[in-house]
Amino acid sequence: MTQLETVTYTADEMMAVAAARRLRNGTVCFVGIGLPSRAANLARATHAPDCVLIYESGAIGAKPAHLPLSIGDGELAETADAVVSVPEIFSYWLQGGWIDVGFLGAAQIDAQGNLNSTVIGDYARPKVRLPGAGGAPEIAAWCRETFVMLRQTPRAFVERLDFLTSVGRPRGSGGSGVTCVVTDLGVLEPDRQTGELVFTELHPDASVDEAHEATGWELRVAPDLRLGRPPTAEELQALRALKPANQDTVG
Amino acid sequence: MAEIVPLADAVRELVHDGDVVALEGFTHLIPHAAGHELIRQERRELTLVRMTPDVIYDQLIGMGCARKLVFSWGGNPGVGSLHRLRDAVEHDWPAPLELEEHSHAGMAAAYAAGAAKLPFGIVRGYEGTNLAERTRVAWITCPFTGEQVAAVPAIRPDVGIVHAQQADEAGNVQLWGISGIQKEVVLGSSRSIVTVEEIVPRLEPRANAVFLPAWTITAVAVAPGGAHPSYAHGYYDRDNAFYVRWHEISRDRDRFREWMQRHVLEPEAAAV
Repeated sequence: MTQLETVTYTADEMMAVAAARRLRNGTVCFVGIGLPSRAANLARATHAPDCVLIYESGAIGAKPAHLPLSIGDGELAETADAVVSVPEIFSYWLQGGWIDVGFLGAAQIDAQGNLNSTVIGDYARPKVRLPGAGGAPEIAAWCRETFVMLRQTPRAFVERLDFLTSVGRPRGSGGSGVTCVVTDLGVLEPDRQTGELVFTELHPDASVDEAHEATGWELRVAPDLRLGRPPTAEELQALRALKPANQDTVG
Repeated sequence: MAEIVPLADAVRELVHDGDVVALEGFTHLIPHAAGHELIRQERRELTLVRMTPDVIYDQLIGMGCARKLVFSWGGNPGVGSLHRLRDAVEHDWPAPLELEEHSHAGMAAAYAAGAAKLPFGIVRGYEGTNLAERTRVAWITCPFTGEQVAAVPAIRPDVGIVHAQQADEAGNVQLWGISGIQKEVVLGSSRSIVTVEEIVPRLEPRANAVFLPAWTITAVAVAPGGAHPSYAHGYYDRDNAFYVRWHEISRDRDRFREWMQRHVLEPEAAAV
């Protein structure tokens, strides 16, 4: 066993590992920047080498050696199987129903998996103006399933969203909506009947009490709550080998 | 037919106060040099259109060029907020900014409709979101299947501005790599400006490149490095470090103004 066994890992690393494990070899993923990109590239570097990464800039089958800073870094285009235009990626590929898993982050989530990435506070006079929808509404509607990655805090896990940017359980679309929410404390999955997000998996080092405290609604915990496995040495090694794209050039 | 002119002349002649102006380039080939020229010539009351307003729109907004922003995602990719955009929306500084926001799919459909001279684009989206109340969208029924879809009005800017790798001496343009929405913007705008890295004697045809014939473009201007800190595939890489630094430069109003003065307004230092 390597010495990594005893090395500690961060909550973000646990999130990336937990999300990566949910991707199967060959899964076609629509990937955003940050945690989702780390997770998808980790899956590709470990158990799912044929996982297909699609970035909204039009890069299909990107195989970056570094973690890109933007969804349009040059390396994505250089390593992609194909680069298509923006109207094409959204109409033919996303709305066309070819994507298995879409990743989303947000500022707020509610118990139905609805997300807010638009504003905190009143729309006309916001406390915080967030970047906005981007691809989120159609990713949530048209990927077969959507994975959310979001650190669990009472400010993020709210009873009522300030703005509904993307729908957790879309009606009449091709997908099932949000099927899992990976947080720094564990994993939430929707109840099959009601769609309410239920705490189904606890990360090692986290506690159910913490999960309750970090959730702005009355969190339901699954009776058969699973205990997640810590990252393996191999996973941590692969994750840490994913270096960010060069940020050292002269500006 | 495209005329090859200095960038300052192209902007002076083709962009007027109050125009609807789209500067496009999806992460790649963002026309920064042209945006800086708009700032130097003090264009005002513009309706700025762009799917992903990033650093150049933060600069245009912070320098008071914009009255309205039409967009689908406004952030510094991988870094965080656009502080000048936020300051305008949250505190009306330096002026109030009207917003019209879309999803990427909606805005892409609107641009494609503009290029096709159709009145609207169609997207299967927006349903169930609060965006539907905040954007220009209407629900229509498919006359063939009865399916309900969202209609978004075509985007047809007064001026479309993009950056490309090369033009030839006749003003034909070729760009390659991530091609975003540039073709739709040029074809859908009343007037267009294309800045290029260089003029070459003859464009070498590249499979799958975007080719814009001279007769679809109003003006071509040479602007080497004109996408920086964005990039030009085959010429230079994205300056990720600058995007990270912009977070700090733009956070404070005075520091922002000072930076713009030094790097954009003073013409000697214009090539940033």
